[in-house]
Amino acid sequence: MDRLDSQVSSGPEAVRLQASSLKPSQANGPVVILTDQLKKTYFTDAGALEVLHGVNFEIKSGEFVAIMGPSGSGKSTFMNILGCLDVPTSGTYKLLGESVGDLSPDQLAHRRNKFLGFVFQGFNLLPRADLLENVAMPLLYAKVPGAERNQRAKDMLDRVGLSPWIHHRPSQVSGGQQQRAAVARALCGAPSLVLADEPTGNLDSQTSDEIMKLFCELNDQGLTLIVVTHEPDVAAYSKRLVRFHDGRLVQDAPVSDRRRP
Amino acid sequence: MFPAMLLEAVRAIGANRMRSFLTMLGMVIGVAAVILMLAVGEGTRITVKKQVDSMGTNVFVILAGFQNTSGVRSGSGNRHTLNESDAEALKELPGVEAVTPIVNNNSQLVAGGQNWNTMVQGVNQDFLTVRSWDLAEGRPMDALDVSSGSRSIWLGQSTAKELFGSLNPIGQTLRVKNVPFVVEGLLAAKGQSLNGQDQDDTAIVPITTSQRYLAGSQFRGMVRMIMLKAASPEIMSHLEEQIRELLRERHHILDPMQDDDFFLSNLSAVMASAEATASAMTLLLGAIASVSLAVGGSGIMNIMLVSVTERTREIGIRLAIGARRRDILTQFILEAILVSLTGGILGLLIGSVGAYLVQAIWRTSVVVTSSSMILSFTVSAGIGLFFGFYPAWKAARQNPIEALRFQ
Repeated sequence: MDRLDSQVSSGPEAVRLQASSLKPSQANGPVVILTDQLKKTYFTDAGALEVLHGVNFEIKSGEFVAIMGPSGSGKSTFMNILGCLDVPTSGTYKLLGESVGDLSPDQLAHRRNKFLGFVFQGFNLLPRADLLENVAMPLLYAKVPGAERNQRAKDMLDRVGLSPWIHHRPSQVSGGQQQRAAVARALCGAPSLVLADEPTGNLDSQTSDEIMKLFCELNDQGLTLIVVTHEPDVAAYSKRLVRFHDGRLVQDAPVSDRRRP
Repeated sequence: MFPAMLLEAVRAIGANRMRSFLTMLGMVIGVAAVILMLAVGEGTRITVKKQVDSMGTNVFVILAGFQNTSGVRSGSGNRHTLNESDAEALKELPGVEAVTPIVNNNSQLVAGGQNWNTMVQGVNQDFLTVRSWDLAEGRPMDALDVSSGSRSIWLGQSTAKELFGSLNPIGQTLRVKNVPFVVEGLLAAKGQSLNGQDQDDTAIVPITTSQRYLAGSQFRGMVRMIMLKAASPEIMSHLEEQIRELLRERHHILDPMQDDDFFLSNLSAVMASAEATASAMTLLLGAIASVSLAVGGSGIMNIMLVSVTERTREIGIRLAIGARRRDILTQFILEAILVSLTGGILGLLIGSVGAYLVQAIWRTSVVVTSSSMILSFTVSAGIGLFFGFYPAWKAARQNPIEALRFQ
């Protein structure tokens, strides 16, 4: 506890200085994400295993960040915490200025629903529902009434170019189309931030490019994005590249030769 | 939100039709058993009530017994211990609406070319009141008939039909033991009695007439039976005591240890025992039904647990996009209730068809009441809720990260 207290009391100023010096972001909107000495320890039968050793990180509105790193580097754990799917063991994580470390599972669910959108490697659409219902699902849990829900989901599917397939099931459309639907679902609740975990991992290179172009367009329209990937080609679409190694943030730099669609 | 969740539940059930159907089977059988059992119970109750009512409501039957003096049971010479003056005395008791002595004789009735053997009951003018029996046609028996011993006869529906067919019997003449009688009235149809006898196969005559012409060797004034109608059901038990007291006093039975020389019974007691039998039956079937429902419920729980495991990834996705625990809980409970309720409705249909078959085959009255439908409806929904809760709770407790990782 002493250690934690000392970090919290002495941390913020130093960290903020360090963070701003480390990442010369092009965006300068309001801060969406701020982590301060973020640590995560897993307690197993074999003992305690610290997978994040104090990560300081900041993202402002409108950024497009790629996170890279070998497996076991802690990037997935970091993403889970950023996505409010998990809570840090120590340190603070502020989403839109609000610390989420002490929130209950349902409060976390509310933050995920309202402020975050997820895109997964395996698309993760519900097989029994059609694309429209899949895309409308975040609005269902936000208690948006049925008619408005469907209209917003239709608009979103239109935006990702899936209008002709809204009543198809996921298994009836291609992988690229499924991932587009997943992007539409992530956007449907008008989130402040979209987290994409290996969004192109299950797609061929041409389809991957399509998805990344879609992300670029959305970012141009003001969407804040984090993409986890191990493919440099994919990371090249982003504006800022962050590398993890052994539970530490080891590189954070703007992408100089950015790939543009 | 609710319609979307309901649609999801319907889909989840529809995705595995065979499995869902087999899961429902326990509920189907259980609810069908409940419906059938309640229908048979209710049918029995109504039948008994109808039969008891047909005997007349609030009626006491007093039968002549044997004399029993200090343990020595006297023989047949003294067997007829009731007489007409007992009936007269009973009529004076407060709360007694009507009393009739009854003398029965099986006699051959002859009319024109037809003859028919039936029970001819010698009664007084209050008989129809006591039995709550209406007159279909003709005039009622009056006090003059009884006091003068008129040779008038009133026929039950069956007797009239056997003797006169479609002919109107009123005013016709018939002979009983070679004595001519004039048919003065036709009794309304009464149906079967408790022991299955046709109550309409009878004829009544004034008791005085019966004693004079038909009774044979019976002692004058002695009767086999007295029927008594109480003014209201509330006073039945009190009246029973008074009747017993009065008759014992009149028969000089002073020793409280000494037995009555008559048998006093009332039909509500008969009804109570019939109802006790019916409720014992209901209890037994109820036990079978609850076992079946418990088995059905645990079957639902079992399949829901399997379903939760199978759909771990789906749960993870839902949690990731913002479902709260209670949303997941509601989703799975809704599904369990839907399975159970569908089974319940199927069981309701099958039980009703079964009840109809029971009625058609065994010719017993079976009544499916709306309250038994509502009961089985709520019970099956309740079972879905009860047995669906644990699996749903398990689903809602999933960690989103692990659930998403589930293959």
